[in-house]
Amino acid sequence: MAIPLDLVVGLSAILFGIGVVGALVRRNIVVIMMSIELMLNAVNLAFVAFSRMHGSNEGHVFVLMVITVAAAEVAVGLGIVISLFRNRDTVNVDDVSLLKW
Amino acid sequence: MNVELVLFYAFAALAVGSALAMVMNVRNTVASAMSLVITMVALAAVYVLMEAHLVAVLQIMVYGGAIVVLFVFVVMLLNLRQDTFPPARQRAAKALGAALVVLAIVKLLSLMPGALPDAVADLPEGFGGYRDVGTALFTRYVLPFESTSLLLLSALVGAVVLAKRRLD
Repeated sequence: MAIPLDLVVGLSAILFGIGVVGALVRRNIVVIMMSIELMLNAVNLAFVAFSRMHGSNEGHVFVLMVITVAAAEVAVGLGIVISLFRNRDTVNVDDVSLLKW
Repeated sequence: MNVELVLFYAFAALAVGSALAMVMNVRNTVASAMSLVITMVALAAVYVLMEAHLVAVLQIMVYGGAIVVLFVFVVMLLNLRQDTFPPARQRAAKALGAALVVLAIVKLLSLMPGALPDAVADLPEGFGGYRDVGTALFTRYVLPFESTSLLLLSALVGAVVLAKRRLD
């Protein structure tokens, strides 16, 4: 094993953290969705790393499922963004707080 | 220091740097999407180093290709104005949230060295290739695989319905 596993899981944790920070501090919905994609990718990396550790390909199957869900999420999410922009002329989350308590 | 480790550090630095560039770039959303492409491709290289060849190819095709194209398409379609960081009344709360996330990650990383076993299972022949993963996908995991096709179909219909101008 050339690459220590804790380095890979550490990289996964760092990328997940960057994604969480991006989803927290940015106000553009499109960038928030990109941050969510980044978090999903970090999880995929952890799946692949642990799959390598156990010598089993089941983690790869899970990664394929996660990629599918991410693609579906982006399609529906961007559809919502488009209809939101058409109706409210904004993609700023602070302007769309009707359901917020 | 062997070649694989050097490559891993290089691609990891590239992934983290471009991810930071994506989050920090408030002026240009298209540039954020391009930074996302760099992150995805660097992660695909890390997948290759982890012997996940099929996943690496799909990562470039689905994330680097389809998903980012969708993002860029929407950004250009909407002609977005420049984004700003939150107003002052929110800034303290959001900075606190970000600081807590960073703290949690640093704590996790400090626990990391030595927490995982060094010994790694011997990989079977063709591990992570299309035959290996495809056989698992179409035998043991065929039901989840088929249900993702239902998910994709409903997402397709949902996206069309949402983005349609008006429903008849």
